[in-house]
Amino acid sequence: MLHRCLKSLSLRTVFPAMAIMLSLGAPAYFSLQAAAVASPAKARMLTVQIKNFAFVPAVVTVTPGTTVTWINTDEDPHTVTATNKSFHSAAIDTSGRYTFTFRKAGDFAYFCSLHPHMTGKVIVKA
Amino acid sequence: MTEHRGDIIDRRGLLQCVGWAGTGALYLMSGGVASSVSLDAALAATPRHGKVKPFTFLQISDSHIGFDKPANPNARATFVEAVEKVKALPVKPDFILHTGDITHLSKDSEFADADDIIRSAGLPVFHVPGEHDMLDEGAGKAYLARYGKGTRGLGWYSFDHDGVHFVALNNVSNLKAGGMAHLGSDQIAWLKRDLAGLASSTPIVVFAHIPLWTVYAEWGWGTDDSLQALTSLRRFGSVTVLNGHIHQVIQKVEGNISFHSARSTAYPQPAPGAAPSPGPLKVPTEQLHSVLGIRTGTVVTGRDGIALIDTTLA
Repeated sequence: MLHRCLKSLSLRTVFPAMAIMLSLGAPAYFSLQAAAVASPAKARMLTVQIKNFAFVPAVVTVTPGTTVTWINTDEDPHTVTATNKSFHSAAIDTSGRYTFTFRKAGDFAYFCSLHPHMTGKVIVKA
Repeated sequence: MTEHRGDIIDRRGLLQCVGWAGTGALYLMSGGVASSVSLDAALAATPRHGKVKPFTFLQISDSHIGFDKPANPNARATFVEAVEKVKALPVKPDFILHTGDITHLSKDSEFADADDIIRSAGLPVFHVPGEHDMLDEGAGKAYLARYGKGTRGLGWYSFDHDGVHFVALNNVSNLKAGGMAHLGSDQIAWLKRDLAGLASSTPIVVFAHIPLWTVYAEWGWGTDDSLQALTSLRRFGSVTVLNGHIHQVIQKVEGNISFHSARSTAYPQPAPGAAPSPGPLKVPTEQLHSVLGIRTGTVVTGRDGIALIDTTLA
């Protein structure tokens, strides 16, 4: 399985990151993220940290089809809840993640439904 | 608190008591008249608004059963210690108010564990939800299945005990983006009706999870529509508002209304603005017990103040 992953993603720029992640025993998921970071022009994945009761960065701009992953690094659980209710996570505990793929253009304001002073926005445009 | 002499606790005395540092909350309504009420019985009973009899009660808060992070790797153990402290009180409180965040993640197993621990005190317990108690997929389904029976709306209710009117509010549901805690128009309308028949001399105790006054807006430590609720409360001679959520003792007095946030039994949080975030505060292990606690309340006959004493777990 890992061998196949390596084969399909054996781009020169990606390989070193892959090798590090694999040596740490991280799932292939991480390496795909590394691949996305390595070639921003084709980025279809993006990560938002939930840190110190804030979304970082609070505003991101992505192209349609981009998958955004929120990672909670706080000791408190948080949620990612669209103000217009178009998407919402369950409670994301420490080190937990939530992923959503934005297919349509538009501005998507969201907040943490547990700590509503925490707000963010995903701007999707082609 | 028992060192306070007799029933001569006036407002100044009350504030002195309140300034005491301690852990856990117990409400003592004077004299050890040990009548007890269950929620169902209280809600079913015809309201009786009579003479205030002395008694005590206890407040406990933010037990966060399930929390195991560095700020307190064993929040269960400190909750057990807090309940042991309640059992050892020289004057048995009539009941316990738990001001929310019973659990850390609203899991059934966490609720069950918390319930077993607090019930070991052998006292009636009244709950209000914290946001940690309503973060299941059903947005409070687990909490309401366990504690919502006989309550109104999303878990609010009131009851009378020896002449004092207790009001339990939920300010953690349906929160709005960019806002703070929220009561909602349904609950505010209910509160107005609930208080309507009471004489202004009736002592009122309101308990809810998040502060009903703005402690620190940047961290969401307040309730955005509390002013409407407080409007209904202003005519009363004595209103005591108890909350948890911020894991530290802070008070404010506004006319006849006094606000008191209590310590947690799980972990402390920073003073308003004193850290980059309001998240759990890690203190040296040997100091942890001195920042956790319970609170007792004492209702004294013929006086309109309720004396609160905070006691730490140290």
